[in-house]
Amino acid sequence: MTALPTRHDEEWRYAPAGVLAALKALPEAENIAVAAGVTHPLYTCISTGAESKVEIQRYQIDIAEGARCEAFFLLTGGGYKRLDIDVTLAEGAHFEMGAVGIGRGDEVTEIVTRLRHVAPRATSNQIMRGIAMDFATLTMIGRIDVAKDAQQTDAALGAKGLLLDRTATINAKPELEIYADDVKCAHGCAIGQLDEMGLFYAQQRGLPLAEARNLLMQAFVAEAYGAIDDAEWRERMIGHAEAALRGTS
Amino acid sequence: MLQINNLHANVGDKPILKGLTLSLKAGEVHAIMGPNGAGKSTLGYVLSGRPGYEVTEGSATFNGEDLLAMDPHERAAAGLFLGFQYPVEIPGVSNVQFLREALNAQRGARGEEPLSGADFLKLARAQADAMGMDMEMLKRPVNVGFSGGEKKRNEMVQMGILNPALALLDETDSGLDIDALRIVGDGINRIMRKPDKAVLLITHYQRLLDYVQPDFVHVLADGRITRTGGPELALELEREGYKELAA
Repeated sequence: MTALPTRHDEEWRYAPAGVLAALKALPEAENIAVAAGVTHPLYTCISTGAESKVEIQRYQIDIAEGARCEAFFLLTGGGYKRLDIDVTLAEGAHFEMGAVGIGRGDEVTEIVTRLRHVAPRATSNQIMRGIAMDFATLTMIGRIDVAKDAQQTDAALGAKGLLLDRTATINAKPELEIYADDVKCAHGCAIGQLDEMGLFYAQQRGLPLAEARNLLMQAFVAEAYGAIDDAEWRERMIGHAEAALRGTS
Repeated sequence: MLQINNLHANVGDKPILKGLTLSLKAGEVHAIMGPNGAGKSTLGYVLSGRPGYEVTEGSATFNGEDLLAMDPHERAAAGLFLGFQYPVEIPGVSNVQFLREALNAQRGARGEEPLSGADFLKLARAQADAMGMDMEMLKRPVNVGFSGGEKKRNEMVQMGILNPALALLDETDSGLDIDALRIVGDGINRIMRKPDKAVLLITHYQRLLDYVQPDFVHVLADGRITRTGGPELALELEREGYKELAA
Protein backbone atom coordinates (compact mmCIF):
# COMPACT_ATOMS: atom_id res chain seq x y z
CA MET A 1 0.00 0.00 0.00
CA THR A 2 1.55 3.24 -1.11
CA ALA A 3 0.87 6.49 0.66
CA LEU A 4 -1.78 8.77 -0.78
CA PRO A 5 -0.44 11.46 -3.10
CA THR A 6 -0.01 15.09 -2.09
CA ARG A 7 0.75 18.22 -4.06
CA HIS A 8 4.35 17.86 -2.98
CA ASP A 9 4.56 14.92 -5.36
CA GLU A 10 5.73 16.40 -8.66
CA GLU A 11 3.27 14.38 -10.74
CA TRP A 12 0.36 15.56 -8.57
CA ARG A 13 1.39 19.17 -8.09
CA TYR A 14 -1.40 20.61 -10.28
CA ALA A 15 -4.18 18.34 -8.95
CA PRO A 16 -7.04 20.17 -7.20
CA ALA A 17 -6.72 20.08 -3.41
CA GLY A 18 -10.37 19.04 -3.13
CA VAL A 19 -9.80 15.95 -5.25
CA LEU A 20 -6.73 14.96 -3.23
CA ALA A 21 -8.53 15.53 0.08
CA ALA A 22 -11.44 13.32 -0.95
CA LEU A 23 -9.18 10.55 -2.25
CA LYS A 24 -9.53 7.44 -0.07
CA ALA A 25 -7.25 5.22 -2.11
CA LEU A 26 -5.61 5.27 -5.49
CA PRO A 27 -7.30 2.85 -7.89
CA GLU A 28 -5.29 -0.25 -8.75
CA ALA A 29 -3.17 0.13 -11.86
CA GLU A 30 -4.05 -2.07 -14.78
CA ASN A 31 -1.04 -4.24 -15.54
CA ILE A 32 -0.15 -4.82 -19.14
CA ALA A 33 2.79 -7.03 -19.98
CA VAL A 34 3.72 -7.04 -23.65
CA ALA A 35 5.68 -10.21 -24.46
CA ALA A 36 8.84 -10.14 -26.55
CA GLY A 37 8.25 -9.35 -30.20
CA VAL A 38 4.53 -8.70 -29.75
CA THR A 39 2.69 -5.49 -30.72
CA HIS A 40 0.00 -4.50 -28.24
CA PRO A 41 -2.54 -1.83 -29.20
CA LEU A 42 -4.51 0.05 -26.57
CA TYR A 43 -7.37 2.48 -27.24
CA THR A 44 -9.08 4.10 -24.28
CA CYS A 45 -11.57 6.91 -23.84
CA ILE A 46 -11.70 8.24 -20.30
CA SER A 47 -15.01 10.05 -20.31
CA THR A 48 -16.99 11.14 -17.31
CA GLY A 49 -19.81 12.46 -19.50
CA ALA A 50 -21.81 15.29 -18.01
CA GLU A 51 -21.20 14.13 -14.45
CA SER A 52 -18.85 15.89 -12.14
CA LYS A 53 -16.88 13.00 -10.75
CA VAL A 54 -13.37 11.72 -10.21
CA GLU A 55 -12.00 9.23 -12.71
CA ILE A 56 -8.41 8.08 -12.35
CA GLN A 57 -7.02 5.43 -14.67
CA ARG A 58 -3.59 4.02 -14.01
CA TYR A 59 -1.58 1.73 -16.22
CA GLN A 60 1.55 -0.21 -15.45
CA ILE A 61 2.99 -1.30 -18.76
CA ASP A 62 6.00 -3.56 -19.22
CA ILE A 63 7.27 -3.90 -22.74
CA ALA A 64 9.63 -6.84 -23.28
CA GLU A 65 12.55 -7.10 -25.73
CA GLY A 66 11.67 -5.90 -29.20
CA ALA A 67 7.97 -5.57 -28.31
CA ARG A 68 5.74 -2.58 -29.01
CA CYS A 69 2.91 -0.95 -27.15
CA GLU A 70 0.82 1.55 -29.13
CA ALA A 71 -1.49 3.39 -26.75
CA PHE A 72 -4.02 6.09 -27.61
CA PHE A 73 -6.21 7.98 -25.19
CA LEU A 74 -8.95 10.57 -25.11
CA LEU A 75 -9.96 12.35 -21.91
CA THR A 76 -13.22 14.28 -21.82
CA GLY A 77 -16.12 15.11 -19.56
CA GLY A 78 -16.92 16.78 -16.26
CA GLY A 79 -15.10 16.66 -12.94
CA TYR A 80 -11.56 15.35 -12.64
CA LYS A 81 -10.02 12.91 -15.10
CA ARG A 82 -6.52 11.59 -14.83
CA LEU A 83 -4.51 9.29 -17.04
CA ASP A 84 -1.49 7.95 -15.22
CA ILE A 85 0.88 5.68 -17.11
CA ASP A 86 4.08 4.06 -15.93
CA VAL A 87 5.99 2.31 -18.71
CA THR A 88 9.15 0.23 -18.51
CA LEU A 89 10.93 -0.52 -21.76
CA ALA A 90 13.27 -3.50 -22.20
CA GLU A 91 15.99 -3.67 -24.85
CA GLY A 92 14.81 -2.56 -28.29
CA ALA A 93 11.22 -2.07 -27.11
CA HIS A 94 9.02 0.75 -28.40
CA PHE A 95 6.25 2.78 -26.76
CA GLU A 96 4.03 4.89 -28.99
CA MET A 97 1.46 7.15 -27.39
CA GLY A 98 -1.08 9.74 -28.46
CA ALA A 99 -3.18 11.37 -25.76
CA VAL A 100 -5.79 14.09 -26.17
CA GLY A 101 -7.46 16.02 -23.36
CA ILE A 102 -10.37 18.38 -23.94
CA GLY A 103 -11.64 20.50 -21.06
CA ARG A 104 -14.41 23.05 -20.75
CA GLY A 105 -16.43 24.52 -17.87
CA ASP A 106 -14.47 23.93 -14.68
CA GLU A 107 -13.22 20.49 -15.72
CA VAL A 108 -9.77 19.30 -14.72
CA THR A 109 -7.85 16.97 -17.01
CA GLU A 110 -4.46 15.43 -16.30
CA ILE A 111 -2.21 13.40 -18.57
CA VAL A 112 0.77 12.07 -16.67
CA THR A 113 3.29 9.63 -18.06
CA ARG A 114 6.46 8.13 -16.73
CA LEU A 115 8.72 6.24 -19.06
CA ARG A 116 11.56 4.13 -17.77
CA HIS A 117 14.16 3.43 -20.40
CA VAL A 118 16.17 0.82 -18.49
CA ALA A 119 17.87 -1.11 -21.33
CA PRO A 120 19.68 -0.20 -24.55
CA ARG A 121 18.11 0.74 -27.87
CA ALA A 122 14.53 1.22 -26.70
CA THR A 123 12.53 3.96 -28.39
CA SER A 124 9.47 5.97 -27.44
CA ASN A 125 7.29 8.63 -29.00
CA GLN A 126 4.64 10.49 -27.04
CA ILE A 127 2.28 13.09 -28.46
CA MET A 128 0.06 14.99 -26.04
CA ARG A 129 -2.56 17.48 -27.21
CA GLY A 130 -4.70 19.52 -24.84
CA ILE A 131 -7.50 22.01 -25.46
CA ALA A 132 -8.77 24.11 -22.55
CA MET A 133 -11.82 26.39 -22.70
CA ASP A 134 -13.79 28.41 -20.13
CA PHE A 135 -12.27 27.82 -16.68
CA ALA A 136 -10.85 24.38 -17.42
CA THR A 137 -7.46 23.22 -16.21
CA LEU A 138 -5.39 20.84 -18.27
CA THR A 139 -2.08 19.33 -17.23
CA MET A 140 0.43 17.36 -19.26
CA ILE A 141 3.41 15.93 -17.42
CA GLY A 142 5.81 13.61 -19.17
CA ARG A 143 8.69 12.19 -17.25
CA ILE A 144 11.37 10.19 -19.00
CA ASP A 145 14.04 8.35 -17.03
CA VAL A 146 16.99 7.03 -18.98
CA ALA A 147 19.10 4.62 -16.93
CA LYS A 148 22.86 4.39 -17.18
CA ASP A 149 22.69 1.21 -19.23
CA ALA A 150 20.03 2.46 -21.60
CA GLN A 151 22.46 3.56 -24.32
CA GLN A 152 21.06 4.54 -27.71
CA THR A 153 17.72 5.38 -26.24
CA ASP A 154 15.62 7.44 -28.66
CA ALA A 155 12.79 9.14 -26.80
CA ALA A 156 10.53 11.91 -28.09
CA LEU A 157 7.88 13.83 -26.22
CA GLY A 158 5.77 16.59 -27.74
CA ALA A 159 3.12 18.36 -25.69
CA LYS A 160 1.00 21.11 -27.23
CA GLY A 161 -1.84 23.05 -25.69
CA LEU A 162 -4.53 25.27 -27.16
CA LEU A 163 -5.68 27.84 -24.65
CA LEU A 164 -8.98 29.14 -25.97
CA ASP A 165 -10.02 31.41 -23.11
CA ARG A 166 -8.03 33.77 -20.92
CA THR A 167 -9.57 32.11 -17.87
CA ALA A 168 -8.44 28.57 -18.73
CA THR A 169 -5.15 27.02 -17.60
CA ILE A 170 -2.73 24.65 -19.25
CA ASN A 171 0.29 23.18 -17.49
CA ALA A 172 2.84 21.37 -19.61
CA LYS A 173 5.98 19.92 -18.14
CA PRO A 174 8.49 17.54 -19.65
CA GLU A 175 10.89 16.08 -17.12
CA LEU A 176 13.96 14.24 -18.27
CA GLU A 177 16.43 12.44 -16.11
CA ILE A 178 19.23 11.02 -18.19
CA TYR A 179 22.13 8.94 -16.91
CA ALA A 180 23.26 7.38 -20.19
CA ASP A 181 25.55 9.39 -22.49
CA ASP A 182 24.60 8.11 -25.95
CA VAL A 183 20.91 8.99 -26.20
CA LYS A 184 18.45 11.12 -28.13
CA CYS A 185 15.73 12.73 -26.05
CA ALA A 186 13.68 15.27 -27.99
CA HIS A 187 11.07 17.16 -26.04
CA GLY A 188 8.94 20.17 -26.78
CA CYS A 189 6.09 22.08 -25.20
CA ALA A 190 4.03 24.78 -26.84
CA ILE A 191 0.92 26.53 -25.64
CA GLY A 192 -0.90 28.91 -27.92
CA GLN A 193 -4.11 30.06 -29.52
CA LEU A 194 -5.75 29.15 -32.80
CA ASP A 195 -3.87 30.60 -35.75
CA GLU A 196 -5.70 33.82 -36.69
CA MET A 197 -4.57 33.74 -40.29
CA GLY A 198 -5.73 30.11 -40.61
CA LEU A 199 -9.12 31.09 -39.22
CA PHE A 200 -9.47 33.97 -41.67
CA TYR A 201 -8.34 31.79 -44.59
CA ALA A 202 -11.03 29.21 -43.76
CA GLN A 203 -13.67 31.93 -43.34
CA GLN A 204 -12.69 33.52 -46.65
CA ARG A 205 -13.25 30.17 -48.32
CA GLY A 206 -16.76 30.02 -46.85
CA LEU A 207 -16.68 28.49 -43.37
CA PRO A 208 -18.50 30.38 -40.60
CA LEU A 209 -16.18 31.30 -37.71
CA ALA A 210 -17.45 28.51 -35.42
CA GLU A 211 -16.85 25.88 -38.11
CA ALA A 212 -13.46 27.33 -38.95
CA ARG A 213 -12.49 27.08 -35.28
CA ASN A 214 -13.74 23.51 -35.13
CA LEU A 215 -11.78 22.56 -38.21
CA LEU A 216 -8.53 23.90 -36.77
CA MET A 217 -9.19 22.24 -33.42
CA GLN A 218 -9.90 18.91 -35.11
CA ALA A 219 -6.66 19.18 -37.01
CA PHE A 220 -4.83 19.96 -33.79
CA VAL A 221 -6.07 16.91 -31.88
CA ALA A 222 -5.82 14.60 -34.91
CA GLU A 223 -2.03 14.97 -34.73
CA ALA A 224 -2.09 12.77 -31.64
CA TYR A 225 -3.77 9.96 -33.56
CA GLY A 226 -1.69 10.15 -36.74
CA ALA A 227 0.35 7.11 -35.65
CA ILE A 228 -2.67 4.80 -35.38
CA ASP A 229 -2.07 2.28 -38.18
CA ASP A 230 -5.53 0.74 -38.01
CA ALA A 231 -7.59 3.16 -40.15
CA GLU A 232 -10.86 2.12 -38.53
CA TRP A 233 -9.58 2.84 -35.02
CA ARG A 234 -7.97 6.06 -36.14
CA GLU A 235 -11.28 7.30 -37.55
CA ARG A 236 -13.07 6.16 -34.41
CA MET A 237 -10.71 8.00 -32.04
CA ILE A 238 -10.81 11.16 -34.20
CA GLY A 239 -14.60 10.87 -34.30
CA HIS A 240 -14.82 10.69 -30.50
CA ALA A 241 -12.51 13.70 -30.18
CA GLU A 242 -14.59 15.67 -32.71
CA ALA A 243 -17.76 14.88 -30.80
CA ALA A 244 -16.08 16.04 -27.60
CA LEU A 245 -15.02 19.29 -29.29
CA ARG A 246 -18.57 19.94 -30.38
CA GLY A 247 -19.70 19.23 -26.85
CA THR A 248 -21.90 16.33 -27.93
CA SER A 249 -20.19 13.54 -26.04
CA MET B 1 -20.86 44.39 -59.53
CA LEU B 2 -18.44 46.01 -57.09
CA GLN B 3 -18.81 49.65 -56.19
CA ILE B 4 -16.32 51.23 -53.78
CA ASN B 5 -16.87 54.83 -52.74
CA ASN B 6 -14.46 57.03 -50.80
CA LEU B 7 -13.18 54.08 -48.77
CA HIS B 8 -11.03 54.87 -45.76
CA ALA B 9 -9.55 52.07 -43.67
CA ASN B 10 -7.12 51.71 -40.79
CA VAL B 11 -4.89 48.86 -39.79
CA GLY B 12 -4.48 49.36 -36.06
CA ASP B 13 -4.31 53.12 -35.69
CA LYS B 14 -2.68 53.66 -39.03
CA PRO B 15 -4.76 54.98 -41.93
CA ILE B 16 -3.92 52.97 -45.06
CA LEU B 17 -6.82 53.58 -47.46
CA LYS B 18 -7.60 57.27 -47.80
CA GLY B 19 -10.62 57.76 -50.00
CA LEU B 20 -10.47 54.98 -52.57
CA THR B 21 -13.15 54.95 -55.24
CA LEU B 22 -13.44 52.15 -57.78
CA SER B 23 -16.16 50.50 -59.83
CA LEU B 24 -16.09 47.04 -61.43
CA LYS B 25 -18.77 45.82 -63.81
CA ALA B 26 -19.54 42.21 -64.69
CA GLY B 27 -17.34 40.93 -67.51
CA GLU B 28 -14.44 43.25 -66.65
CA VAL B 29 -10.88 42.60 -65.55
CA HIS B 30 -9.22 45.42 -63.63
CA ALA B 31 -5.61 45.60 -62.57
CA ILE B 32 -4.39 47.62 -59.62
CA MET B 33 -0.72 48.46 -59.65
CA GLY B 34 1.26 50.55 -57.28
CA PRO B 35 4.35 50.86 -55.15
CA ASN B 36 4.97 48.92 -51.95
CA GLY B 37 2.94 50.18 -49.03
CA ALA B 38 0.33 51.90 -51.19
CA GLY B 39 -2.48 49.83 -49.69
CA LYS B 40 -2.98 47.16 -52.37
CA SER B 41 -3.12 44.16 -50.03
CA THR B 42 -5.11 46.17 -47.48
CA LEU B 43 -7.78 46.72 -50.13
CA GLY B 44 -8.09 42.95 -50.62
CA TYR B 45 -8.29 42.30 -46.88
CA VAL B 46 -10.81 45.10 -46.23
CA LEU B 47 -13.09 43.87 -49.01
CA SER B 48 -12.90 40.26 -47.75
CA GLY B 49 -13.38 41.25 -44.09
CA ARG B 50 -10.14 40.33 -42.35
CA PRO B 51 -10.37 41.13 -38.63
CA GLY B 52 -8.23 44.12 -37.65
CA TYR B 53 -8.87 46.00 -40.90
CA GLU B 54 -11.25 48.72 -39.86
CA VAL B 55 -13.28 50.81 -42.27
CA THR B 56 -13.58 54.36 -40.95
CA GLU B 57 -15.41 56.01 -43.83
CA GLY B 58 -16.96 55.25 -47.19
CA SER B 59 -18.83 52.28 -48.59
CA ALA B 60 -18.47 49.12 -50.66
CA THR B 61 -21.37 47.30 -52.26
CA PHE B 62 -21.30 43.94 -54.02
CA ASN B 63 -24.22 43.36 -56.39
CA GLY B 64 -26.05 46.12 -54.55
CA GLU B 65 -25.54 44.63 -51.08
CA ASP B 66 -23.53 46.31 -48.33
CA LEU B 67 -20.35 44.26 -48.45
CA LEU B 68 -18.89 45.79 -45.31
CA ALA B 69 -21.85 44.65 -43.18
CA MET B 70 -21.29 40.99 -44.05
CA ASP B 71 -19.15 38.44 -42.18
CA PRO B 72 -16.17 37.04 -44.11
CA HIS B 73 -17.92 33.71 -44.82
CA GLU B 74 -21.05 35.54 -46.02
CA ARG B 75 -18.95 37.50 -48.49
CA ALA B 76 -17.47 34.21 -49.71
CA ALA B 77 -20.93 32.66 -50.12
CA ALA B 78 -22.06 35.78 -52.01
CA GLY B 79 -19.30 35.00 -54.51
CA LEU B 80 -16.23 36.93 -53.37
CA PHE B 81 -12.89 35.13 -53.52
CA LEU B 82 -9.56 36.45 -52.27
CA GLY B 83 -6.46 34.86 -53.74
CA PHE B 84 -3.94 35.26 -50.93
CA GLN B 85 -0.53 36.77 -51.49
CA TYR B 86 0.76 34.29 -48.92
CA PRO B 87 -1.60 31.27 -48.88
CA VAL B 88 -1.94 29.91 -45.35
CA GLU B 89 -0.72 26.48 -44.26
CA ILE B 90 -3.21 24.40 -42.26
CA PRO B 91 -1.51 21.29 -40.86
CA GLY B 92 -3.76 18.31 -40.26
CA VAL B 93 -6.51 19.31 -42.72
CA SER B 94 -6.37 17.91 -46.24
CA ASN B 95 -7.09 20.21 -49.18
CA VAL B 96 -9.93 17.92 -50.16
CA GLN B 97 -11.61 18.08 -46.74
CA PHE B 98 -11.00 21.84 -46.47
CA LEU B 99 -12.47 22.64 -49.87
CA ARG B 100 -15.39 20.28 -49.61
CA GLU B 101 -16.42 21.76 -46.26
CA ALA B 102 -15.90 25.28 -47.58
CA LEU B 103 -17.86 24.65 -50.77
CA ASN B 104 -20.73 22.95 -48.96
CA ALA B 105 -20.85 25.75 -46.37
CA GLN B 106 -21.15 28.23 -49.25
CA ARG B 107 -23.82 26.12 -50.95
CA GLY B 108 -25.73 25.81 -47.68
CA ALA B 109 -25.62 29.58 -47.18
CA ARG B 110 -27.08 30.00 -50.69
CA GLY B 111 -29.81 27.44 -50.03
CA GLU B 112 -28.26 24.84 -52.36
CA GLU B 113 -27.86 21.11 -51.71
CA PRO B 114 -24.44 19.94 -50.52
CA LEU B 115 -22.24 18.22 -53.09
CA SER B 116 -21.71 14.50 -52.45
CA GLY B 117 -18.20 13.14 -51.82
CA ALA B 118 -18.06 11.54 -55.27
CA ASP B 119 -19.29 14.64 -57.11
CA PHE B 120 -16.90 16.82 -55.16
CA LEU B 121 -13.91 14.60 -56.01
CA LYS B 122 -14.88 14.72 -59.68
CA LEU B 123 -14.96 18.51 -59.58
CA ALA B 124 -11.70 18.72 -57.63
CA ARG B 125 -9.95 16.35 -60.02
CA ALA B 126 -11.05 18.36 -63.06
CA GLN B 127 -9.82 21.62 -61.52
CA ALA B 128 -6.52 20.10 -60.37
CA ASP B 129 -5.94 18.62 -63.84
CA ALA B 130 -6.64 21.98 -65.45
CA MET B 131 -3.95 23.60 -63.26
CA GLY B 132 -1.49 20.75 -63.82
CA MET B 133 -1.62 19.78 -60.17
CA ASP B 134 -1.37 16.18 -59.03
CA MET B 135 -4.49 14.92 -57.25
CA GLU B 136 -2.17 13.48 -54.59
CA MET B 137 -1.28 17.06 -53.60
CA LEU B 138 -4.94 17.79 -52.97
CA LYS B 139 -5.00 14.94 -50.47
CA ARG B 140 -2.14 16.51 -48.50
CA PRO B 141 -2.65 19.09 -45.76
CA VAL B 142 -3.54 22.57 -47.02
CA ASN B 143 -0.40 24.24 -48.43
CA VAL B 144 1.89 22.37 -46.01
CA GLY B 145 5.22 21.66 -47.68
CA PHE B 146 4.08 23.32 -50.92
CA SER B 147 6.57 25.53 -52.75
CA GLY B 148 5.64 29.18 -53.36
CA GLY B 149 4.53 28.34 -56.90
CA GLU B 150 2.51 25.32 -55.79
CA LYS B 151 0.68 27.45 -53.23
CA LYS B 152 -0.32 29.96 -55.91
CA ARG B 153 -1.41 27.17 -58.20
CA ASN B 154 -3.44 25.72 -55.32
CA GLU B 155 -5.18 29.08 -54.92
CA MET B 156 -6.29 28.79 -58.54
CA VAL B 157 -7.51 25.22 -58.01
CA GLN B 158 -9.53 26.50 -55.05
CA MET B 159 -10.89 29.34 -57.17
CA GLY B 160 -11.91 26.85 -59.84
CA ILE B 161 -13.73 24.67 -57.32
CA LEU B 162 -15.46 27.53 -55.51
CA ASN B 163 -16.30 29.28 -58.81
CA PRO B 164 -16.72 32.83 -57.46
CA ALA B 165 -18.37 35.79 -59.21
CA LEU B 166 -15.65 38.22 -58.14
CA ALA B 167 -11.98 37.35 -57.62
CA LEU B 168 -9.55 39.66 -55.85
CA LEU B 169 -6.14 38.22 -56.68
CA ASP B 170 -3.40 39.61 -54.46
CA GLU B 171 -0.05 39.21 -56.19
CA THR B 172 -1.02 35.84 -57.54
CA ASP B 173 1.91 36.24 -59.94
CA SER B 174 4.63 36.67 -57.33
CA GLY B 175 6.93 33.71 -56.83
CA LEU B 176 6.01 32.08 -60.13
CA ASP B 177 8.43 30.99 -62.83
CA ILE B 178 7.57 31.68 -66.48
CA ASP B 179 5.78 28.38 -67.10
CA ALA B 180 3.76 28.60 -63.87
CA LEU B 181 2.86 32.20 -64.69
CA ARG B 182 1.35 31.08 -68.00
CA ILE B 183 -0.57 28.24 -66.31
CA VAL B 184 -1.92 30.59 -63.63
CA GLY B 185 -2.78 33.23 -66.24
CA ASP B 186 -4.63 30.66 -68.34
CA GLY B 187 -6.43 29.51 -65.18
CA ILE B 188 -7.65 33.01 -64.40
CA ASN B 189 -8.93 33.43 -67.96
CA ARG B 190 -10.61 30.02 -68.02
CA ILE B 191 -12.35 30.39 -64.65
CA MET B 192 -13.10 34.10 -64.51
CA ARG B 193 -13.24 35.54 -68.06
CA LYS B 194 -17.02 35.31 -68.30
CA PRO B 195 -19.75 37.88 -68.87
CA ASP B 196 -21.15 37.43 -65.35
CA LYS B 197 -17.81 37.59 -63.50
CA ALA B 198 -15.20 40.18 -62.64
CA VAL B 199 -11.56 40.16 -61.55
CA LEU B 200 -9.41 42.61 -59.64
CA LEU B 201 -5.74 41.78 -60.17
CA ILE B 202 -3.42 43.28 -57.60
CA THR B 203 0.11 43.21 -58.95
CA HIS B 204 3.47 44.92 -59.04
CA TYR B 205 4.39 43.84 -62.51
CA GLN B 206 3.17 44.04 -66.05
CA ARG B 207 4.11 40.42 -66.85
CA LEU B 208 0.88 38.77 -65.59
CA LEU B 209 -1.05 41.24 -67.72
CA ASP B 210 0.52 39.71 -70.84
CA TYR B 211 -1.56 36.63 -70.09
CA VAL B 212 -4.61 38.19 -68.49
CA GLN B 213 -5.50 41.26 -70.51
CA PRO B 214 -7.06 43.89 -68.25
CA ASP B 215 -9.81 46.20 -69.43
CA PHE B 216 -8.70 48.87 -66.97
CA VAL B 217 -5.48 49.59 -65.14
CA HIS B 218 -5.43 51.71 -61.99
CA VAL B 219 -2.55 53.17 -60.07
CA LEU B 220 -2.93 52.98 -56.31
CA ALA B 221 -0.68 55.32 -54.38
CA ASP B 222 -0.93 56.47 -50.79
CA GLY B 223 -4.33 54.92 -50.24
CA ARG B 224 -6.24 56.16 -53.27
CA ILE B 225 -6.50 55.66 -57.01
CA THR B 226 -4.38 58.33 -58.62
CA ARG B 227 -4.72 57.31 -62.25
CA THR B 228 -6.86 55.07 -64.43
CA GLY B 229 -6.28 53.98 -68.00
CA GLY B 230 -6.33 51.06 -70.41
CA PRO B 231 -3.79 48.22 -70.74
CA GLU B 232 -1.29 50.70 -72.18
CA LEU B 233 -0.99 52.32 -68.74
CA ALA B 234 0.63 49.15 -67.37
CA LEU B 235 3.28 49.31 -70.08
CA GLU B 236 3.85 52.96 -69.38
CA LEU B 237 4.28 52.21 -65.67
CA GLU B 238 6.74 49.45 -66.43
CA ARG B 239 8.74 51.88 -68.52
CA GLU B 240 8.54 55.00 -66.41
CA GLY B 241 8.16 53.62 -62.87
CA TYR B 242 5.59 54.68 -60.33
CA LYS B 243 7.27 57.88 -59.23
CA GLU B 244 6.40 59.84 -62.34
CA LEU B 245 2.87 58.60 -62.72
CA ALA B 246 1.61 58.21 -59.21
CA ALA B 247 1.92 61.83 -58.23
